Amino acid sequence: MHMADALLSPAVGGGFLAASGGALAYSARRLKEEGDDRKIPLMGVLGAFVFAAQMINFTIPGTGSSGHLGGGMLLAMLLGPFAGLLTMASVLIVQALIFADGGLLALGANIWNMGVYPCFVGWAIYRGLAGKNPGYRRLAAAAVIAVMVAVELGAASVAVETVLSGKSDLPFGQFSALMVGIHLPIALVEGMITIFVVKFIHDIRPEIVQATLGVDPRAFEGGTKSLRPVALGFLAAALVVGGIVAWFASTRPDGLEWSILRVTGTEELRGEDQAGGLKGALSKLQGETALLAGYRLPGTENQEKAGAHEGKDEEGSPGPIHVSGGTSLSGIVGSLIVLLLVSCTALVLVKLRGPRAGSRPPGDAGAAPGSSGGRSSP
Amino acid sequence: MSLVDAGRLDRHAYLDSPLHRMDPRAKVLATLVFIVTVVSFDKYTVSPLLPYLAFPLVLAILGAVPPGLLIRRFAVASPFIVIVGIFNPLLDRTPLLSFGGVIITGGWVSFASILLRGLLCVTAGIVLIATTSVPRIAEALGALRVPRALVVQLLLLYRYLFVLIDEGGRMRRARTLRAEGRKTSIRQAAGMLSSLLLRTIDRSEAVWRAMQARGFEGELRTGRSLRWRPADTLFLLLVTVGCLSLRCTSLTNWIGGWALKG
Repeated sequence: MHMADALLSPAVGGGFLAASGGALAYSARRLKEEGDDRKIPLMGVLGAFVFAAQMINFTIPGTGSSGHLGGGMLLAMLLGPFAGLLTMASVLIVQALIFADGGLLALGANIWNMGVYPCFVGWAIYRGLAGKNPGYRRLAAAAVIAVMVAVELGAASVAVETVLSGKSDLPFGQFSALMVGIHLPIALVEGMITIFVVKFIHDIRPEIVQATLGVDPRAFEGGTKSLRPVALGFLAAALVVGGIVAWFASTRPDGLEWSILRVTGTEELRGEDQAGGLKGALSKLQGETALLAGYRLPGTENQEKAGAHEGKDEEGSPGPIHVSGGTSLSGIVGSLIVLLLVSCTALVLVKLRGPRAGSRPPGDAGAAPGSSGGRSSP
Repeated sequence: MSLVDAGRLDRHAYLDSPLHRMDPRAKVLATLVFIVTVVSFDKYTVSPLLPYLAFPLVLAILGAVPPGLLIRRFAVASPFIVIVGIFNPLLDRTPLLSFGGVIITGGWVSFASILLRGLLCVTAGIVLIATTSVPRIAEALGALRVPRALVVQLLLLYRYLFVLIDEGGRMRRARTLRAEGRKTSIRQAAGMLSSLLLRTIDRSEAVWRAMQARGFEGELRTGRSLRWRPADTLFLLLVTVGCLSLRCTSLTNWIGGWALKG
């Protein structure tokens, strides 16, 4: 989800450069105050590790496509927020330069999206939720929540930057919903792999986990506890949040557009202004340009108008925009996408469980309490 | 992402050409000026952007950058802007131009503009990195008041970048030899990543001890200093004036009008 130069305006690109520059300067100062020389080579090689980690692909269950570790949160967990941000920034600079991911002007936005969110927001959430001496499950839950929040903030932030720049016609509400939706499984996978890595390292070299995470290694004893309840908890939470967003989007289709309109002026939301007036332009825009807006597909508006009742007062009345006839088609498409998402996550869970039976020590199956009993004993 | 291309790009930075010899500060600033100018155009701009293609093209030739590399890197970088941009033709259907009955909507024009911007920015960035090594760019950033900690971090990351990429590659090859054709599950990948991470952490310990032995005190000395020559001033001035004058005038229209008249 690297932001690209081509989608930015100078003001947005420059603004994020300044913001990220400030965060970096602050982090550099704090790092100097910490005065831990040992961290400097560790930061260097961990930055390189993020690139090496991209050589190790894995299949994302249910999709057939492959993914790799993003690493922002892992860096923050191992290095702390300030060193983590500097390391992530150096990774993004090298990606922009040598790998043409993102761009020079987009660097500020990318450091913000993929550095500041995981290292500051994600890290604070992780630390707050994990508390002192967390058990394995609590640590895992805290890490996964932190990763998910950070990834989703970054994804939504891409939508904000794109819409503020005004190069794309995508309306903010739909674009951000799309980005957040797409990144939901990505965030879950990133969270799981981050916590698996922490767990593996703990099993081999507990002192590293202790030193870097400030965790009592005893927390992991008998720590082959199943993560399934944790994963299921997230799935449920994600679906609830998704449902609330969907409900908001369907009942107040203009809410998000209104907010962005107030922020940026009418520039970004060009529509064919026939009905005249802001509201007219808006409802027009809603009908003509929305991608699944209020669950309508572009084009359904016209068929609807032919025999419709509600379409008419939409143009004139200042009341809330009603969701009508076209809902059915886009409702079906929306449901299909939701179904797809759900089955993907289900498959993730199946895959997560699958290899465990064979690869863990025999005591494992008995030791995991509270799992729903579906697991076959080895 | 293609690591082979990345390695080629990196090796290319150590060749020699007039552009390679420029002060890295001049090249970084000129690239930024170029990108900001290109990006500052209105979203429906296509033809006034075309003359800007001359900059990366000329500089690529001066820097002996193979054109295939430019195109391939743009192809690698383009999917995201294509995915975002492709919605413009779907969303913005205002007719803007018409060519003998074929109506071109605003959406297609702005999509073309996005692609063109992408091409310009990506090629400009590649010309920069193909003629300036990462350590030189880091030095330039340091001279341009980027925090020292970030510069040191960039230098260290770069020093171990290809070492660790090779290590990741060896690990992948080892896995392929043992389990060709079988999918890597998330758990298996996590195991591989963990042992890679452990080796990385061990390496950092060794690096730290070696650095201590050599008297490291928070600063990497590169042994080279930046030297700003009159040619660098001239280069930066040329690029800036070129970009701004193209921004303020409409060269493409003039040429078009002149061609129609003549």
